[in-house]
Amino acid sequence: MATALPVTSAQPRRAGAAGILLLLAIAYGLVPLVGTSYLFEAILTPFLALALAGLGLNLLTGYAGLLSLGSAAFMAVGAYAAFNLSLRLPGLPLPATILLAGLIAASAGVIAGLPALRLRGFYLAVSTLAVQFFVAWALNRIGWLSNDSPSGIIDAPRLVIAGLSFDDARGRYLFSLTIVALLTVLAWRLVRSPTGRNLVAIRDHETAARIVGVKVARTKLLAFALSSFIVGIAGVLWAFAYLRTVEPAGFNLDRSFQILFIVIIGGLGTLRGAFLGAGFMVVLPLLLSRLGTALLGDGFDTGTLEMVQRIVLGTLIVAVLIREPAGLAALLDRAFRRLSPRS
Amino acid sequence: MSPDLAFLVEVVVGGLLSGVMYALVAIGFVLIYKTSGVLNFAQGAMVLFAALTFVSLIERGLPFPAALAATLAVMVVVGLTIERAVLRPLVNQPPITLFMATLGVAYVIEGAAQLAWGTQVHALDLGIDDTPFDVAGVLVSRFDLFAAALAGLMVALLTLFFRFTRTGLAFRAVAEDPLAALNAGLRLPRIWSAVWIASGIVALVAGLLWGARLGVQFSLSLVVLKALPVLVLGGFDSIAGAIVAGLIVGAAEKLAEVYLGPFIGGGIEGWIAYVAALAFLLIKPSGLFGQRSVERV
Amino acid sequence: MPRKALARALLTGAALLALGGAASADEQYFPLQSYRVGPYAAGGTGFFGGFIDYLTLINSRDGGVNGVKLTWSEGETQYEVERGVEVYERLKSRPGIAAWNPLSVGIAYAMIDRITADKVPLITINHGRTDSTDGRVFPFVFPLLLNPYSETSGIVEYLATREGGLDKLKGKTIAVLYHGSPYGKETIPIYEQLAKQHGFKVEQIEVPHPGNEQQSQWLTIRRLRPDYVVLRGWGVMNPVALKTAQKTGFPASRIVGNVWSNSEEDVIPAGDAAKGYVAITTQASGTQYPVIQEIVRGVYETGAGNLADKKRIGSVYHNLGVLNGILNVEAVRIAQEKFGRRTLTGDEVRWGFEHLRLDEARVAKLGAKGLFHSINVTCANHEGEGRVTFQQWDGAKWSVVSDWIKPDWAALRPIIEASSTAYAKERGLTPRDCEAEERVGDTGKRASAEGK
Repeated sequence: MATALPVTSAQPRRAGAAGILLLLAIAYGLVPLVGTSYLFEAILTPFLALALAGLGLNLLTGYAGLLSLGSAAFMAVGAYAAFNLSLRLPGLPLPATILLAGLIAASAGVIAGLPALRLRGFYLAVSTLAVQFFVAWALNRIGWLSNDSPSGIIDAPRLVIAGLSFDDARGRYLFSLTIVALLTVLAWRLVRSPTGRNLVAIRDHETAARIVGVKVARTKLLAFALSSFIVGIAGVLWAFAYLRTVEPAGFNLDRSFQILFIVIIGGLGTLRGAFLGAGFMVVLPLLLSRLGTALLGDGFDTGTLEMVQRIVLGTLIVAVLIREPAGLAALLDRAFRRLSPRS
Repeated sequence: MSPDLAFLVEVVVGGLLSGVMYALVAIGFVLIYKTSGVLNFAQGAMVLFAALTFVSLIERGLPFPAALAATLAVMVVVGLTIERAVLRPLVNQPPITLFMATLGVAYVIEGAAQLAWGTQVHALDLGIDDTPFDVAGVLVSRFDLFAAALAGLMVALLTLFFRFTRTGLAFRAVAEDPLAALNAGLRLPRIWSAVWIASGIVALVAGLLWGARLGVQFSLSLVVLKALPVLVLGGFDSIAGAIVAGLIVGAAEKLAEVYLGPFIGGGIEGWIAYVAALAFLLIKPSGLFGQRSVERV
Repeated sequence: MPRKALARALLTGAALLALGGAASADEQYFPLQSYRVGPYAAGGTGFFGGFIDYLTLINSRDGGVNGVKLTWSEGETQYEVERGVEVYERLKSRPGIAAWNPLSVGIAYAMIDRITADKVPLITINHGRTDSTDGRVFPFVFPLLLNPYSETSGIVEYLATREGGLDKLKGKTIAVLYHGSPYGKETIPIYEQLAKQHGFKVEQIEVPHPGNEQQSQWLTIRRLRPDYVVLRGWGVMNPVALKTAQKTGFPASRIVGNVWSNSEEDVIPAGDAAKGYVAITTQASGTQYPVIQEIVRGVYETGAGNLADKKRIGSVYHNLGVLNGILNVEAVRIAQEKFGRRTLTGDEVRWGFEHLRLDEARVAKLGAKGLFHSINVTCANHEGEGRVTFQQWDGAKWSVVSDWIKPDWAALRPIIEASSTAYAKERGLTPRDCEAEERVGDTGKRASAEGK
C-alpha cells in the first residue's frame, strides 16, 4: 500500500493526545448525561462495535497489508465463543469471558491466516471468503454451538461485572466504550512497538523486510491473530451489547464488506480512520434517512427513500475515494493543516 | 450402465453444465481485471441491472430483439459511465481502493435498478423448453445445454475480437505489459472503455441466462459468489482459466455435496468450492494457467 | 367469576366512555418495520401494503376503532436485524403504540427483551419463535395462527389426506428440502418425531443460502425417489427448486411448500415448472372475499391504496397483511371493550390479544369468510389454534385444494412447553399463572386507572 504511516512530530502528537483526552471526557462525562436511549441504542453502541471491528481489520489490512473479506466470520467466532463460555462456565467473570472469546477468535485467525503465507492480494482476499462461508455453515450446522436452540438464534447473557449491571441503554454504551477505549490504547501501543514496525515492513516491502531479519511468516500470522482478537471482541460487543441476540445471519458477507469499507473510507494504516469510517458507515445512512423523512414527510414511500439513500451512499463512497484515496483521516489532516496557522 | 454409475455421470454432467454458468460470470471479472487490475465487484449488480432492464422492457410490451438491443445500449452506457466517472479518476490508485470503489458502484446500481424497475420478482422466459433429455438413463438439462452453447459462442466471439481487431490486439498488449504498451503509444483509456463495454455485454448474457434460471430478482447479484472461487482457481487474468476452472468447480462442488455431504453434513456447497480452490493454490501457487505476477495490495 | 369480571370491565368501559369527551383525538399507533427494498422486498411490500390497506379501510369506513383513529409510520429495515432494532429505538417512544409487527424472525428475536421491558405486544404472524406460543413465559409475544411446529404438523396432516389417512403414511418417503439457515433447520426435530410417530421415512436435505444452485440436492432426491418433497424454502431458493425439480423429472404436484414458499413471488419466476405445485397457507388468496372487495372499493378506488401494482391485490402476502390487520384491529377492539374506547397502552392491547377469539360467525361478519378460518388466543396459548389450508398454483393463480386442516396441537404442546420452561429457567422467569389472572381480572382495572 502506498500510504505510509503519517510521520508525526512531537508537537502535533501532544495536541493529538489532548484531543483524545477531551474526546474521552465528552464520551464518559457529557454523553451519558444528555444522551437519549435512541442515541445509545441505535447509534453509539453499533458505532463503537463496528469501529472496534474496523480497528482490528486495520491492523491486518492497513498496517500489515493483508486483505481480508472474512471479518464478520471472526466477529461471529468471538460472539459465539463468548456465548458458549458464559453458558458453560457460568462462574467465569464477564471480562475473562470476553478475553477468552477474543483469544479463541485469534486462534481462528491464525488458521485462516495460513494461506497468507503463500497467497497475496485478491487471491488471499477471496481465500478469506472460505472462512466467511465455512464459519456461517459450521455455526448453522453444529447445534451445540447455539446450545441446540431450535431456531438457532440465541439470547445474549446479561452484562454484569462484579454485581454491577450494565444492562440498560446507557450501561451498555459505557461498557462498549470502555472496552473500545482499552483496546484502542493497546492497538496504539502495538503499532508503535517493534512488532508494529515489522507489520508495516512486510506491507511495504516483504523481501526487504526479510533481509533485515523480520520473520515474515510469523509476523503475518501474528497480524491475523491480533486483528482477529480485536474483531472477535467487536463481535462480542455487537451481539451482547448491541443486538442482544446472536444469529449467524448477522455476520454475513455484507458485514465483512461494511467493515472493509470502514477501514478504507476511514483511512488505511491509521487508528482514527476506523472511527471516522465507522461514523461514515453507521451515522451517515441514519442521517440521510432522517433527512429524507424530514424533507419528504412521514408518509413518503420508505422503499423509494431507501433506494435513493443507497444511491447517495454509494456515490459518496466513490466520491470520498476519488477525492482522497487515503481516506477520511487524510482528509481531516489536510483540513487541520489548513486551519492551524503554524506548520 | 449400472444405476450408480449413471448417477455419477449425471452428477458430473450437471456439475459441468453449472460450471459453465459460473464461468460466464467469471469472464466478466477477468476482462476488466486483465486490463486494469480492478476486481470489479459491481459485476453482480450489473448482471442484475441487465436482466431487470431486459425483463421490464419485455413486460412493457417491447418485442424480444428490440428489448435486447435497448438493454445492450443501456449496458454499454453503464459500462462506459463507470469507467469514465469512477475508474478513470482513480487510475494508479492501489487495487483495494479500486475494489472498494466498485463496491460503491454496486450500491448505486442496485439502488438505481430497484428505483427504476421496482422490487418485484419477474419470470424470464427465453422460450427454451426445459424438459430434460434422457441419454441412456442420464438426464441432461436442455436449458443448460443451450446456456453452455451460448456461453461458448460468446467466448468464441470474444476470442475472435481479441485476436483479429486492433482494439483486441491492444488489449492483449496492455494485459501483458501495460508500461510497454503505453510506450508503444497505445491509448489505454480507449482500451479500458472497450473492456468495460465488453463486460457490460457479458453481464447482459449472464443476466439473461441466470435470470431464466433463477427468476429476475435481487438475489441475482449473488451469483458473483459462485464466480469467485472460479477466479481463484483459474486466475483473475485468464479467460481460458475461467472456463476450465468453472468446469472443475462446478463438477467438484456437486460431487462433494452428493458424496461427501452425507458424512460431514449437507449444504457444504457454499464453501467447499473456496476450500478446493484454496487447496489447489497452496499446492500450485501459480494457478491453473501459470503467469501470475506478484501482486500487492 | 369471569362474569363478574366482565361486568366490572363493562362498567369501567362505560365510565370511560362517559368521560370520553377528549376521546375524539384518540389515536392508536402502529410502528411498522417494513422492508420494501432488498432481497425480500416482494414479501415486504405485499404484507405491509395489505396491513396498511386494512388500517386505511378501518379509518375511512368506520372512522377508526370505536372512534379511535389508527395511525402508523414506516421504517425501512431491508430485513436486516440491526436496521430493525434501529427503527424500534426510533419509533418506540411515540405515544399510543398498539403492537409491533416486524414479519422477520431475526428482528423479532432481537426485540423480545426490548418489548417485554416496554410492555408492548410483538406480533409474529405465521412465523416467529415457536416456544413463544407459551404465553405464560412470553407474555408479550404472539406467533398468531401458526408457528413452525404446527406448520410442520399441518403439512403432514395434509399429506395424510392425500394418501387417504394418517395410517396410509406408513412406509412412505418424504424428503424435506430446507434452507441452510436457523429458520430452515428449525423443524428438523419435528419432522423426525412425526416420522417416527406415523411410520414414514423422512430425509432432510440442506440447500445452502441463497439457494441459487440445487442440482446436487435434486439429484439426491431423484435417487431417493420420495413420494413427496416438502419445500422449506426462502426467497430465490423456491423458484430454483421448482425449476430444478423439472430438470430432474420430479413432478411439481408432489412438492408441497411451507409458509415461506407459498407466494406468487415464489412460483412466478419458475414459470411453467411451478404448475401443479401445492403450498400451505393460513389465508386463502384471491379478491372474492367481502373484506378484500371493500378494500378495492373503499381504498383503491379512492386512490389511497398502498400497493403500487393493483394486480397484487388479493395475492398471498397482501391477504396475509389484511389478515394481520384484522387480527390487530380486533385485538384493539376487544381490549377497548374492557378498558374503554380510548388510546390503549401496550399492556392493555396485550390483554386484547390474549382474548382474541374470532369464531367462524365473527370471521364472516368481518367479511373474511373463506379468507381464514378462526382464531382462539388465550393467555397460555398465544398461537390461537389457527387452521391451515393448501393452495395449488395453476400457472396464473392459486386455488384452494383442501379443507381447513387442524395441526395436531396436543402432540406439539409438550415440546413447546419443554422449550419455554427451559427458557424461563435460563432467564430466571416465573411463568404466569394464567388461571389466576383470569380470575382476578383486576390487572385491567389497575391498568385502566393508570391509563387515565
